[in-house]
Amino acid sequence: MGVNQHYLYEARQMQALSLTVHIPLVCFGIAFPVLVLFAEYRYLRTGDPVYRTLAQRWSRIMLALFAVGVVTGTILSFELGLLWPVWMQDFGNVFGLGFTLEGFSFFVEAIFVGIYAYGWDRLRPWAHFWCGIPIAIAGVTGSFFVLSVNGWMNHPTGFTLVDGRATDVHPWLALFDNPMFWSEYTHMYFAAYIVCGFLMAAVYAWAFLHGRRGRYERVAFGISMSAASVAAPLQVIVGDWAARDVAVYQPVKLAAMEGLASTTRGAAEHLLGWYNGHAVVWGIEVPRLLSILAFHNPNAVVQGLSIVPLADQPPVNVVRFAFQTMVGIGTLLALIGLVYLFLRFRRRDSLPRWLLYGIVAAGPLSVVALIAGWITTEVGRQPWIVYDVMRVDAAVTGASDIPIGYGTLSVVYLILAVIVFFILRRLARVPLPPDLDLLATGALMGDG
Amino acid sequence: MAYLPVAFILAGMTAYTVLAGADFGAGLWTLLAVGSSADARRIRDEARHAMGPVWEANHVWLVFVLVVAWTAYPVAYGSITSTLAAPLLIAAIGIIFRGAAYALRGVADSSRFAEYLFALASVLTPFALGTAIGAIAVGRVPVGNAAGNLVTSWLNPASVLIGALAVAFSGYLAAVYLAADSLRQSKRGGGADGAYGDGGDGSLASAFRRRALAAGLVSGALALAGLLVMRHSGLNLTHGVALALVVVSGVAGLATMALCWWRRFGLARVTAALAVAAVVVGWAAGQAPRFLPGMTVVQAAASRSTLVALIIAVIGGAVVLIPSLALLFSLYLRGRLDTPEQHLAVEVGAAGAGASGRDWRGQVRSGVPDGAIGVAAGEGEGGGEGGGEGGGEGGGGVGADGGVAIGGEVGGGVAVDGSAVLMSGARMRVWGGAAVVGLVAGAGLLVFADATWAHLLGVACLVVCAVSVFGLAAPNDA
Repeated sequence: MGVNQHYLYEARQMQALSLTVHIPLVCFGIAFPVLVLFAEYRYLRTGDPVYRTLAQRWSRIMLALFAVGVVTGTILSFELGLLWPVWMQDFGNVFGLGFTLEGFSFFVEAIFVGIYAYGWDRLRPWAHFWCGIPIAIAGVTGSFFVLSVNGWMNHPTGFTLVDGRATDVHPWLALFDNPMFWSEYTHMYFAAYIVCGFLMAAVYAWAFLHGRRGRYERVAFGISMSAASVAAPLQVIVGDWAARDVAVYQPVKLAAMEGLASTTRGAAEHLLGWYNGHAVVWGIEVPRLLSILAFHNPNAVVQGLSIVPLADQPPVNVVRFAFQTMVGIGTLLALIGLVYLFLRFRRRDSLPRWLLYGIVAAGPLSVVALIAGWITTEVGRQPWIVYDVMRVDAAVTGASDIPIGYGTLSVVYLILAVIVFFILRRLARVPLPPDLDLLATGALMGDG
Repeated sequence: MAYLPVAFILAGMTAYTVLAGADFGAGLWTLLAVGSSADARRIRDEARHAMGPVWEANHVWLVFVLVVAWTAYPVAYGSITSTLAAPLLIAAIGIIFRGAAYALRGVADSSRFAEYLFALASVLTPFALGTAIGAIAVGRVPVGNAAGNLVTSWLNPASVLIGALAVAFSGYLAAVYLAADSLRQSKRGGGADGAYGDGGDGSLASAFRRRALAAGLVSGALALAGLLVMRHSGLNLTHGVALALVVVSGVAGLATMALCWWRRFGLARVTAALAVAAVVVGWAAGQAPRFLPGMTVVQAAASRSTLVALIIAVIGGAVVLIPSLALLFSLYLRGRLDTPEQHLAVEVGAAGAGASGRDWRGQVRSGVPDGAIGVAAGEGEGGGEGGGEGGGEGGGGVGADGGVAIGGEVGGGVAVDGSAVLMSGARMRVWGGAAVVGLVAGAGLLVFADATWAHLLGVACLVVCAVSVFGLAAPNDA
C-alpha cells in the first residue's frame, strides 16, 4: 500500500487549485477560436470592417489566454507525476495514451495560434482564416483526449488487475470504449460555450449599461450571447444524460450528490438542506423525483451511500452542495438564454435592463457553475483516484515537500491572476480604429 | 520495441533543448544586457521579440517528452517525479512566469516587470531541468515512490554542473540564432518597421556574435568539465557510441565558433544545434541500457499493447505535426510572422500612456508610421471574395444601424439589438426547421435511448440544433 503521507489533503488541494485555474482557460480554448473564426468568416463574406476589427481584437485575447492556458496546463501535467507518482507507476500504461494524443493536439494548437495571431497582416485573408481552423479543431480534440482519461478514472476498464498493477492492457478500449466518457465530454463541451459566451457577453452587457453601445459592441455581444444562449438550454438535456450515466456507473457518487443514505425505491429529491449523516434535513422534498431523474421511472430503486462502508464514501455535503450550485446556476443560465433568444427572434431592438444585469451576473456565475460541476465529479469520486480500483492515499507521493509546493504555487497563481487581469484590461482599453468610431457611439472602454 | 519510445523521448528532448533552449537563452541575454545604453536596449528588444510566434510550439516539446515518458515507462516516471519533485516544481514555476511574461509582453512592450519575470524564468527553468537530468544521469534516482534523497539527488556537484551546462547551452544557442535573425532583419532594412532590430548597420548582429563566441567557450569548458565529473560520478561517456557523439559535439561546436567568426550565422545555427543535440543523445548512449539504478530500459517499458498504441499515436501525430511545424517555421524564418505585437504594443501603449502616463516608451513608439491598426491590409481582397452569397442575407445596412445605436433607451429598454436583422424568410425556415428537428431528435435519443451509438447520434442532432440556432441568432447584418 501507499506511503504514510501527512499532507494528502494539501496534495489534493494543490491539484484542485491547479485544475480550478486551468479549467476556465480550457473553455476559452474550446469555444473562443470558433467565435473568432465566425467573426472573421463574416468579414470575409461581407467585407464589413467591424467584423475584422472584432476578430483581430478577439484573437489577441485568445493568444494571451492561450499562453496562460499553455503554462497552467503544463503545470497540471507536472503535478500528475509530482503528486500522484504511484498512480502513474501502476496505471500510466493504461491512460497515458490519452495524454500522448492530447500532446499532439496541443502542438497543433500552439503552432496555429502563433501563425494566426501573428499573421493578420502578412497572410492572404482566406489563407489566414484557414490557419485558424486547426486551432478550433485542436481545441476540441485536446479536451476530448484529456477528458477520456478523466472518464477512465471514473469508470476504469480495459485492463486486468494483478497484484495492484494493470496487466493485459488495452489502452484504446480503456479510453474510448467507455460509456461514461461520452456524456462527460459532451457536458464539458457545452459548458465551454456557456462559460466563454457568457463571460464575453457580460463584458459587452456591462458596456451597454454604461452607455457604450456602438455597432462594434452590439456585434460582439450578439455573437457571444448567441453562443451562450444556444448552449445553456441544450446543456439541460446533456446534463440529464450525464446524471443517468452517473446513476448507473457510480451509484455512490449519485447518492452523495443527492444525500441518499440508504437504498430506496421511489426515492425523493431534496432541494437545498443539509445532510446530517443519515438524511437531508431542512430541505424541500419532492417525492419520487430522484427516481424519475435518475432512471426515468418513479418506482426505480436508487442505491444509497450505505452500499459501501463509510470509509469508501465521499464527503456528502461538499458534493451535494456543489451539485446543487451547478444545477441551480445552470437552470438560471438556461432561462437567460431562452429569454434572450425569444427577444431576438421577436425582432425586439432593445433589451430590458434587468436582462442586461442578469447577463453581467451570468458571466462569473457560469464559471462558478463550471467549478462546482468539476467539484461534483472529482470530489464525488473520492476516496478513489481510479474508481473502485486505487485509492487516492495509495497514489500520493512520498515526498515531504507538498506544503512548500502548495504555498509557492498559490502565490504564483495569485501573481498570474493579477497579470491576466492587467493584460485583459489593457487589451480592452485599446481604442477602436477611427473609421469604426464613426459607426460607434463610443469606443469600448475607451474612457479609461 | 522497448527502445522506440526512448527514441521519441530523445527526439523531443533534443528539439526542446535546441528550440526552447534558444528561447531561454534569449531571456538570459535580456538579463545580462543591463543598463540603459542604446545597445543594451536594442539587445533586449531583439531578444524579446524574436521568439514570440514560436515559443508556444517550442514549449510543447517538453509536454511531449513527459507524456511519452509516463505512458511508455510509467514506473520509472513515477520514481523520477517523486524523488525530483523539488527541481521539477521549480521548473514548473519558471514555466508559468515565462508564459505570463510572453502574454504580458503582448500588451506592455517595455514593462520592466515582464522583463525581470522573463529573465528569471529563463535561468530558473533550464537550470532546474538540467539538474533533474543530471540526477538521472548519475543514478541518484532509485526506483520507488520518493525513494531517493529529495535534496542531494539534484543538489550535488554533477547535477548542478549539468544545470549550469543547460543554462550555458541556452545562451549559446540563443546568441547564434539571434545573430542570424538580426542579420536577416538588417538585410530587410532595419527590421519590419525600424522600431527595433538592427538599424541596418549590422551592429546588433556583431553584438550577438561576440556573445555567441563567449557563450561557446563557456559551454565548451563546462561540457569538458562535465565529461570528467560524469566519469567520476559513474557515467562514462568516453567509449563506444557515446564517445563518437561527444566527438561530433566537439567538432560541431568548434565549427560553430569558426562560422560565427566568419559571420556565417545561417550555417552556424545548424552546427550549434548539432553540437547540443549530440550531447543529449550522447548522454543517452552513455547511460544505456540503464534507465534508473537497477532498472534497464526493457524492464522499465510498459506492456506490448501500450507500446504499440503509443507508437501508432506518435506516428499518426507526426503526420499532422510535421507539416504544421514546417509551415510555422517556414513562415517564421521568412519573417512572415514578424512583430505584430509591436503594433499592439503601440496601440496599447498609446492607450495606457494616455490613461496612466506610465508607459513612456509606448508613447514614444506611437509615432511609428506603420499600419498599427491594420484594418486596411487585404480588406479589398476579402470583400471581393465574399461578394456572392453574402449580399443576399440581411438587408439592414450600416446606416440604419447607426440610427438605432444613437437612439439609446427605447421604451425603458436598452437599445442594443439594432443589428436584429435576421435572415430572409426562406433561409430562416430552413435553418429553423433544422433546429427543431435537431432538438427533438437529439433530446429523444439522449433521454429515451440507452445504446452508446444512439447517444452519440443524439449529440450530433443537438449540435445541428445548436449550429442552426446560432446561425439564426448571431448578428447577420452586413
